[in-house]
Amino acid sequence: MSIQSEARGPPSGSRGPYWFGLFWPAPSVSWQMAFFVAPLCLLVAITFWKVANFQLSADFTTANWVSMYSAGYFWDAFLYTLFLAAVTTVLISIIAFPCAYALAFKVSPATRRLGVFFLLTPFFTSFIVRVYSWQVILSNDGILNSGFGAVGLGPFNMLNNSFSTIVGFFTLAFPLVILLHLLSLSNVDRSIIEAAHNLRCGRVMTVFLIIVPAARVGLTLAACFAFLLSFGEYLSPSLLGGSRPPTLSVLLVDTVKSGNHWPKASVIAITMIVTLTLILFAAVKFAYHKSPGADRD
Amino acid sequence: MKNHGNKSNRKGIARRDVLKGGAAVAAAATTSMFLPRYGSAQDGVLNLLAWPGWGHPDTVGPFEAKHGVKVQVKEYAGGEPMLALANSSPPGTFDVILTDAEYVQMLRAGDLIVELDPNDYPFEDYWPNYQRFPLHWDGDTLYSVMVRFGYLGLSYNMEQYTPKQLTSYSALWEEGAAGKVGFFDWYLPSMGCLSLYNGNKSPFDIDEEAFGKLRETMNSLAPQVAGYYSYANTYSSLANGQVWLIPGIGEWLTLGLRKDGVPVNTHIPDEGGIQWTESFSIARGAQSPELANEFIKWMASPEGQVRCALRPGNETGIASKKGWEKLNADHPVEAEWLRMRLDKRNMMDEWNEGKIVIRRLPFQQTIEDWTQAWAEMKSV
Repeated sequence: MSIQSEARGPPSGSRGPYWFGLFWPAPSVSWQMAFFVAPLCLLVAITFWKVANFQLSADFTTANWVSMYSAGYFWDAFLYTLFLAAVTTVLISIIAFPCAYALAFKVSPATRRLGVFFLLTPFFTSFIVRVYSWQVILSNDGILNSGFGAVGLGPFNMLNNSFSTIVGFFTLAFPLVILLHLLSLSNVDRSIIEAAHNLRCGRVMTVFLIIVPAARVGLTLAACFAFLLSFGEYLSPSLLGGSRPPTLSVLLVDTVKSGNHWPKASVIAITMIVTLTLILFAAVKFAYHKSPGADRD
Repeated sequence: MKNHGNKSNRKGIARRDVLKGGAAVAAAATTSMFLPRYGSAQDGVLNLLAWPGWGHPDTVGPFEAKHGVKVQVKEYAGGEPMLALANSSPPGTFDVILTDAEYVQMLRAGDLIVELDPNDYPFEDYWPNYQRFPLHWDGDTLYSVMVRFGYLGLSYNMEQYTPKQLTSYSALWEEGAAGKVGFFDWYLPSMGCLSLYNGNKSPFDIDEEAFGKLRETMNSLAPQVAGYYSYANTYSSLANGQVWLIPGIGEWLTLGLRKDGVPVNTHIPDEGGIQWTESFSIARGAQSPELANEFIKWMASPEGQVRCALRPGNETGIASKKGWEKLNADHPVEAEWLRMRLDKRNMMDEWNEGKIVIRRLPFQQTIEDWTQAWAEMKSV
């Protein structure tokens, strides 16, 4: 046995540290088992159950999978949800980065603290209140259209479409993504930036060749959060997007509302979970992969 | 009798039995684990399963004061969510269930409501056509007592449309309505009105060919639609001018908004409108059936009926003629708003003219067929 592998096992002659090492992770592992793994297993099981007279009963039928996966509207909702989440992720990442960059490198520590404070304040208000506020702002008789009307423009239809849905997604994810960007940019080693400048690398090139690769893990995880939050969000597509066309989350709620069909809703939920898992795996692989030649030094 | 191959007997409890039992426990737990605890009559609580707004003090306050109880409401929006809640809740969760007439028979079939004694209720005070409302009875057995009704047609923005422009549901397809048509996200009344537009005199009793045509009609309208709204959002979308036309809703929504100064109204096009009704039943296993019965009796009385008619934000018609008389005497202005003046053309005239059909569940297709068609329309 190698020295490395010995180091992972319990030390010989004393069992104390080994049990000590198991004790501390136990609550979080138990929590995950009880409130994630077990419900997930139940969710998978429910996809094979049936509903009769609005009552759920245990069974083993693949009818729910066949019914949902053969429905055109399910795939329409799937692709639309994927599209909205992808567009939101790209837009948020592009817009959030300069904000986080400025906060990380261009402003004084006091201004940075103030910026972080303002980025946290939206979370003090319930998300549903913020979504309803957007209705007041975006509606035909709303604040924005009143402003446009004053200068002879509009009214512009800004509710019940993809635009308003993405506005809702931005409201949810944008501050968080800036904060995650800020966190990762703050950890970039300043000496490599100075080295790049000393080697006559321009400011823009330094951002793309030095800072972004150095902060890649954090930036990718921030994008993951933007995608994850947008993909499963319900309030924005229903209250701002008018459920037209429905996203998977809207379809899931509709499926439960119309007939108490938890099994079909579970099929949608499992599809969403699997999709997100695959995308997260791909993102993590991208974030942590070593570029060719990275180990040469 | 010889027991052939009964593994349970041979080996005690078989693995399959354990799995079945586990699944049954999980099913029961899944359907009830998230339900809140409800109070009981002993706690001074009457549990009511109802549409939103029924717990308002203006509506149930006098009853609460008289009996020293609190009416606690679990709200739903739509018949299917009501059935889901009623089915998945343990017996005793609710004392009284408010339901639309078409769901009474499903509640009865599920053994979720109990028989009522017709002599307990003042049906002699009711309008003749509501004294024995067909969907509330099974033969001579009464299961539900009607309290309110209204008509569903085409609700509109009065600054954009006049009733003369809305003689047909075809107004929904006109160019000027593009992106200004909304729907209350409930398949039954929405599809019912479009079925009327297709010329189906019994809009919910249609054969497969007519159902296929209805789906075509729905999908052809979909590009005009701005959104499909929840209960609260239907109010706001019409109030803030986001949509100008909503088929399948009625004065239950537009009257309250109009009283608040929003220019909206409801018109019944020439193809006809749909009647909705609300009625009270006593839940099977109610913790206090006597109190539940008292509640229904009070709601059916002239005083209760007036309060039903004037329920804040949701004023509408009532079934008791004595209730109409009291409303005319005590609240003449509101009676005018509600088109319930006894000395003028009123809601009963529209019924008598034959333009209105009672809302029913689909006859020749399943509920799932209709909800699937609704889901398809929403994704167009």
